[in-house]
Amino acid sequence: MADFTMPSLGSDMDEGTLVEWLVSPGDTVTKGDVVAVVETAKSTIEVECFDSGTVSALLVTPGTTVPVGTRMAVIGPAVEPRATAGAKQPAAPATGLRAAPGRTVVPGGDAVSTPLVRHLAERKGVDLSSVHGSGKGGRITRSDVEHAPVEGPHRVKASPLARRLAQEAGVDLSTLRGTGRDGTIRADDVRATTEGHPARTGERHEPVRPSPATPEPLHPARSAIAALMARANREIPHYYLSTKVDLAVAMSWMRDRNASVPVAERLVPAALLLKSVALAARQVPELNGYWREEAFFPASAVRLGVAVSLRGGGLVAPALTDADTMPLPELMATLKDLVSRARGGRLRASETADPTLTVTNLGDQGVEAVFGVIYPPQVALVGLGRVIEQPVAVDGMLTVHPTVTATLSADHRASDGATGARFLTAIDRLLQRPEEL
Amino acid sequence: MNRDEALVLIKDVLTSAVPGADASVLSPDENFRDSLEMDSLDFLNFIEALGERTGLPLPETDYPALNTLHGCADYIASRTSGQ
Repeated sequence: MADFTMPSLGSDMDEGTLVEWLVSPGDTVTKGDVVAVVETAKSTIEVECFDSGTVSALLVTPGTTVPVGTRMAVIGPAVEPRATAGAKQPAAPATGLRAAPGRTVVPGGDAVSTPLVRHLAERKGVDLSSVHGSGKGGRITRSDVEHAPVEGPHRVKASPLARRLAQEAGVDLSTLRGTGRDGTIRADDVRATTEGHPARTGERHEPVRPSPATPEPLHPARSAIAALMARANREIPHYYLSTKVDLAVAMSWMRDRNASVPVAERLVPAALLLKSVALAARQVPELNGYWREEAFFPASAVRLGVAVSLRGGGLVAPALTDADTMPLPELMATLKDLVSRARGGRLRASETADPTLTVTNLGDQGVEAVFGVIYPPQVALVGLGRVIEQPVAVDGMLTVHPTVTATLSADHRASDGATGARFLTAIDRLLQRPEEL
Repeated sequence: MNRDEALVLIKDVLTSAVPGADASVLSPDENFRDSLEMDSLDFLNFIEALGERTGLPLPETDYPALNTLHGCADYIASRTSGQ
């Protein structure tokens, strides 16, 4: 018998809202199956379970916000169905759900409640919570969605973020005109309406004392970032280092490689940069880990957090697991997938678990250099600027090469400048031998 | 594929490759990479989908010609059957 609890999906999360159960009582689950969708202040995340067995009870109803650690479901032993107090639970079918760890639960046949079905529901404006699932274990199938009545209290087409913003601001979605695809109401449409109007109090905690000025309504993602970053700047004595890296060799290697492979296998500079940071983190383990209880705990692997800015505002930093050992093409593919799912609001819990070191890459439209604020409890943050053509001296001659400015914000309690310098130098050295990345 | 067909396809690809993009508001000579705030991954997604739909190899050296609706349509029309 095991409890499935509200997980902590990042150090800045203290509560989450259950959006949807992907399992029902009686379903057989395997460790790693996605069992629930949880919305945090910053993102919507698919949560995997850590145990195998039969779901014997769901304790939290969708739409409920609960603190991290709250019991949400009970998972009983695999085969024997367990009668829980008062509630009669159906036995798990012999051909219960099975899925590889880390994969979305996909029961046999087309009875799915996958992102595909949710996407379809969103497109059609169908509220999944009002749909009766005809699939195995009450799962909602594609055809359930297709035949669902579009009329109803939730028929307005809106993105989940837009719904949340509208609810917080007390805006009736049906009064808005959507600018998204097929008239879908986007977060921006809601913001356009609420701009200048103070939000209806959606906060669960009353302010300690009334403020004399009317505050701007705070986006939930903004307040989560505000809390974490304020804590980082208050608690962490940062030091900052910066170095300019000549990318002539790396870019020319990448161009040659990209010319000989199909589009799907092409690399972007970010992949090379991230791989070199991950390798440097392995070489300088003093920067890869956590500061907890007045001591530094080095991490055994490199889980490279990648700060991804979201189109609706805000950012999330999912982790590239084992970024240091992952071959470059695989890292590129993982990065593409991670960024697109971060922006689509479908990250997995295992991907948001605390990274050991985070990279912020302001990318193509960004600036020359970025000096970031460390995400506690991590002890360093790497900033990568835009790749730009810059004059450099080569063999005493002035020439123009693509360059990038790599910066390090590090926790002075855990390391000193000399360590940080070693780390940045390692990145530079690694990028001069791109074929070894 | 003629230019008009190419334009329809490009807008379709843009909309699918870049979540939330609205290709209908782009002017033909505007650099959509900038106006849609596409980063290199978004642009690669776009190129990948465009390559799949047209069968063209779209080498990296041609990326600069593929930043605008007009540029893209010219490029595709001149390299597929129609002109």
